Amino acid sequence: MSMTCWETVQAYGLRSIGIGENLLPKSDFTICQQFTLIGSGMIWNLYFGVLALTFGFFLANAIALARSARNPLIRKPADWFVFVFRGSPLFIQFFLAYEALVLLPKGGIDILGIHLDTSWTTRAWAGALLVLFLNTAAYSAEIFHGALKSIPKGDLEAAEAYGMTGWKKFIRIEWPTMLRLGWPAYTNEAIFLFHATTLVYFSGFPAFAQKGDALYYANYFADKTFNPFIPYPIVGFYFICLTLLVTFVYGRVNRRLNRHLPSNVRSKIRLRPQLIR
Amino acid sequence: MFSYCADPKALAESVWVSIPWLEDSRLLSWVVDFFNSLPWMSCYLTSAKHVDFYWSFVTVLLLLAITAPAALGMGFMGATAARSHVAPVSWLGKIYIWMVRGVPDIIFFLFFVIALDQGIEYVKNLAVCDGGAWPWQGLEFRVCPEAKVPLAKSSAFWHQAYGFMLAVVTFAIVFGAFVANVIYGAMLAVPRAQLETAEAYGMSRAQVFRRILVPQMWVYALPGLGNLWMILIKATPLLFLLGVKDIVYFARELGGSKTQAYEYPHGDWRLWYFLGLMVFYLVFTRISEIGIGKLTRKLSHGQATAGGEALRKAAA
Repeated sequence: MSMTCWETVQAYGLRSIGIGENLLPKSDFTICQQFTLIGSGMIWNLYFGVLALTFGFFLANAIALARSARNPLIRKPADWFVFVFRGSPLFIQFFLAYEALVLLPKGGIDILGIHLDTSWTTRAWAGALLVLFLNTAAYSAEIFHGALKSIPKGDLEAAEAYGMTGWKKFIRIEWPTMLRLGWPAYTNEAIFLFHATTLVYFSGFPAFAQKGDALYYANYFADKTFNPFIPYPIVGFYFICLTLLVTFVYGRVNRRLNRHLPSNVRSKIRLRPQLIR
Repeated sequence: MFSYCADPKALAESVWVSIPWLEDSRLLSWVVDFFNSLPWMSCYLTSAKHVDFYWSFVTVLLLLAITAPAALGMGFMGATAARSHVAPVSWLGKIYIWMVRGVPDIIFFLFFVIALDQGIEYVKNLAVCDGGAWPWQGLEFRVCPEAKVPLAKSSAFWHQAYGFMLAVVTFAIVFGAFVANVIYGAMLAVPRAQLETAEAYGMSRAQVFRRILVPQMWVYALPGLGNLWMILIKATPLLFLLGVKDIVYFARELGGSKTQAYEYPHGDWRLWYFLGLMVFYLVFTRISEIGIGKLTRKLSHGQATAGGEALRKAAA
């Protein structure tokens, strides 16, 4: 049963989301199969990364603001949220979330006559996404909070001199400046969140019907062939491409945030290491 | 551990405290239950398996204690190589630094452990097996029994120790690259004028490196190294993925529900075990944060940085 590479792509290109050939290759593994299946797994890495970053951005803004609040009833919970998610390993957070979600009643919950189904929360697409969302929100909130604190005093004084106060000052001066100052660090956060998505199927969340992410399939091939020298470099290749793409997209945003500044004072994006969370 | 632990099942049934009015209270009956469960709990938490669990925390600390200096050494060599004036050495250092950046580190962890293991067995295979055949054949990695590391007849301890050693080397390689990156940046951050002054005093390149550059660079490297230390702490659960019986392994083992066939039957308690691990890590990172803060203050003393200036003003 030998397939051409294009047939392999048709059979396994969308395997990670359950479309195409159901049976994974069992013998005679080709490079093409490995590239296709691992690439198919990247769909999940993209899904987790893009959604967690999108939702996390909004929560991060809210938490960064809450941490700057004077009222301790608002500030303290935000501080604790950031401390818990930044101070413990993501790996443990995945396990903990899974065990907690499993404890929800199996048959669902009835509130005010409405039946809520709970079984989907233990699935990776929902449960792991929730953890990644909260996790990136905490890390990003720390970045935005730091940026908020380093807004130049002169900018705020100038805004007040123009008669801006409260919401208007925030939305026109503080928020854009915060984003501009925090953006290089936030770019790194985005890159390493994508890297963190590879942990999903290696922690509490099981993969159903062998539908996993890129690393799941790479691990499958390494286990089957006893040869780590092909599948892992393939995942590495995909992630280097993804890193370049993220750097490009965030670089465009950075350019827009800095467009009013003379070229020598613009903030540049530099990759900083922050591998595991 | 305790003398009364001989029959845990009877212990679970027995009643030590009885306060009828409290038991009748719907809100407070748990207080009595709590006191009655204490003897059982004290036996449960000191069972042989739990003692192994507590020792696995030492494994984690041991990993940190060995990996941190090893990674620092690897990083120092990497950064020095990247600064070298000999082009191939400099390339080697830079490739090592950039390699780990674009790729998720967990891939390196999974890759290096198998690659190192196979590499060691391949070299041993060349030495001890007749002919030393190419071991990657079809879907197998096959070397002769004498080339297995550790040998199949070795005790379980050696298998564990070998797995641990592979994990340490992997951690040192991956974290060494991150340390190299931080140290490389810190060496560039040392004011050029200081090195020129040293050269003007007639110091050789090696002397400038040893006496000026290396002592000065630490204060610039410390924020990055502190960050890496926190990351290293949070990376230790990956030991579980590398097949070492670490705290995550035991938390899953001990927490899983135990039927009546076991000495201490209980439901699924994994949530509580993982909460315990979470608290361990939170306390550990918090203590580290405070320690790094103190170290930064100490190293900033007398330095031409904003931190050093603040210390000088506070003292004056």
